[in-house]
Amino acid sequence: MTIKNFYNEMTDEAGRVRPHYASYATWLSEMPEERLSQKRAEADALFHRYGITFAVYGENAGTERLIPFDIIPRIIPADEWQMLAAGLRQRVKALNMFIRDIYHDQDILKAGTIPSEQVLNNAQYRKVMQGVDVARDIYAHIAGVDVVRAGAGEYYVLEDNLRVPSGVSYLLENRKMMMRLFPRLFSRYKVAPVDRYPDMLLNMLRSVAPTGVTDPTVVVMTPGAYNSAYFEHAFLAQQMGVELVEGQDMFVKDEQVFMRTTQGPQRVDVIYRRVDDDFIDPLAFRPDSELGVRGILGAYQAGRVTVTNAIGSGVADDKSIYPYVPDMIRFYLGEEPILHNVPTYMCRKKDDLAYVLEHMAELVVKEVHGAGGYGMLVGPASTKAEIDDFREIVKKFPERYIAQPTLALSACPTFVEAGIAPRHIDLRPFVLSGEEIQMIPGGLTRVALREGSLVVNSSQGGGTKDTWVLEA
Amino acid sequence: MLSRTADHLYWMARYMERAENIARMLDVNLRMSMMPQSQVQEDQAWGATLRIMGLETAFHERHSEVTPDNVLEFMIFDETNPSCIRNCLRAARENAHAVRGTLTSELWETTNGTWLKMRDFTREEFADIGAGEFFEWVKYRSHLSRGVTIGTMLQDEALRFIRIGTFLERADNTARILDVKYQILLPAGEAEGGAADYYQWSALLRSVSAFEVYRKVYRDLITPSRVAELMLLRVDMPRSLARCLKEVYTNLQRVSNAQSAETERQAGELEAQLRFGRIDDIVRGGLHSYILRLLDRVQGLSNRIADDFLVPVS
Repeated sequence: MTIKNFYNEMTDEAGRVRPHYASYATWLSEMPEERLSQKRAEADALFHRYGITFAVYGENAGTERLIPFDIIPRIIPADEWQMLAAGLRQRVKALNMFIRDIYHDQDILKAGTIPSEQVLNNAQYRKVMQGVDVARDIYAHIAGVDVVRAGAGEYYVLEDNLRVPSGVSYLLENRKMMMRLFPRLFSRYKVAPVDRYPDMLLNMLRSVAPTGVTDPTVVVMTPGAYNSAYFEHAFLAQQMGVELVEGQDMFVKDEQVFMRTTQGPQRVDVIYRRVDDDFIDPLAFRPDSELGVRGILGAYQAGRVTVTNAIGSGVADDKSIYPYVPDMIRFYLGEEPILHNVPTYMCRKKDDLAYVLEHMAELVVKEVHGAGGYGMLVGPASTKAEIDDFREIVKKFPERYIAQPTLALSACPTFVEAGIAPRHIDLRPFVLSGEEIQMIPGGLTRVALREGSLVVNSSQGGGTKDTWVLEA
Repeated sequence: MLSRTADHLYWMARYMERAENIARMLDVNLRMSMMPQSQVQEDQAWGATLRIMGLETAFHERHSEVTPDNVLEFMIFDETNPSCIRNCLRAARENAHAVRGTLTSELWETTNGTWLKMRDFTREEFADIGAGEFFEWVKYRSHLSRGVTIGTMLQDEALRFIRIGTFLERADNTARILDVKYQILLPAGEAEGGAADYYQWSALLRSVSAFEVYRKVYRDLITPSRVAELMLLRVDMPRSLARCLKEVYTNLQRVSNAQSAETERQAGELEAQLRFGRIDDIVRGGLHSYILRLLDRVQGLSNRIADDFLVPVS
């Protein structure tokens, strides 16, 4: 499948270089291709040496791979970023208000804006969180909102990741790598720095400590060294200067969480957990979990520890709730959404289902609870047989699927085997909510390295790029 | 610091030190086999190496005969042998990986780099460069890790547990190297020092980098009891038991916690015993039984440290 009419980040329809890329394009045209190859090889070697890898599930389980890094940056002009930032702020604010609401008075359900059963019967809705007050009423402290650019260049939100969004470490390492490989490029451009993210994160985490704790102890909780995102967990803990703990390092006594240290038990106040709800407390959720801490939910409900992101946040990033986010913004903030949602067909609705079954070849069909690009069909990129098979599954379990038009994702020049060629990209900014809503400029740009591919997930062969937000 | 973190640091250091010491042990056999000695002596030496590591049974499950090639294969590459050099370097790296955030990037990169090289090291390459060169490489990587540790790590608890791991492992290994060679070179009742033995004792000294040290300290002929004194009691000799226990004791005092008083006392007692010990008394009472008791106490100390600070040995 080749998408013809996509927005090219670097050039306009007439093939002219856009103003914010002009200086880079000149630099690039003076750069011999062998130099670029050499720089790319250098980047690969450095990433390997630093051990900036992710673990692969399934095939070749247990091995570690590099996420391919592309040396051509994605550049975002200042005014575009301002608009994006305002939109993200608005969206995350509404999402947090929504999560608080559905675990308390459920105004939005009473008003009929969202069908109650859609929320209350959702597997991610945690009844145990009903009536629990959390610090500053924040649930989704760290949100990774996937944004794409389509059509003539307008931005769309593809999904809101509110559970344990990952990727920020690559964002930070990519910038370091670019500065190391091409130091002089950074004197041509005023690129907004990103390196204060760890400080920002630590401040945010400290700001949501339980009431009465003046000097909170913050930890990062990881499922362990074999988790695919372990590098990031270790990286963030190190950058913030806090302990990286596993479930086995902690225990709960009298509704207080402690970690085992060489100096005896030490109280833990804020847990930035990178473990899913299901595994966090074998007493409350999956009893077979060896990654969690027995009794942590009790401590949390008692307000003795803060867990970020809050238990039960996942309901708000579910693909079945996604279509309602614009309504949430109107409902809680009385504002019009700044960022577009992608039009979404919900197969649980009869009319939508009929349309989806009819037009499957043009649509992207996604499993409601899926993540990581495993349970989806990209209609235009699939064979007739694949589409027919998928149609049968959707017919059988319509409530599990949504569908969206195939967006012509924008493309950015990328250095691939064949030379420099456009490849489709997305953007994941990281939005932190604590005392205030903050973010570092830009986000992680992921790129589908295969020609024509729209799947940017690293598990599916995607790569990443450094993202430059220009200072005004 | 998290107990589990301290545990990983401690074992990272132990495994790296163990890899080095296995290389040293095998190297001394290699050197001795190049010297005039009877076939019986040589076979004994290779067999003894397996015995002091407690690996005789495991070895015989894989090989019927104790030959130099079989022992080298088993002690360097054999993945079924948890103590082979390859597995030690892997374990050092795995432990480092689990706490990479606690390490300086230089230390992590060194440990990771050592493993990556070992992982890709083929038997053909080994045959090509020869065992001696390979042992030099292992020693060099271990020196490098230690240098990077001391040169880059903050002088905090993390460094203390790394050092405790290094010196406990070294204490254990030096005692074992001495014990096995002493038994082979000087069977009970035989008088000290024929001239031919000179080569054997010098090889033993070289295996703990102590040949020049010996010359400097004693300025005299090499005699078995002086070798034992150097390896056990000389506190200025970096691989001796006295030095190892001094380091363990000092580092332990810096990390002391509410329950560790007895562990510190035992470490101090052992350290004092080595510091004030006399080699004549030890030899008179029997060196072998002395070393066995010493190994027991070092093991006991390791267990106590695990219980007090790390992840208890269950």
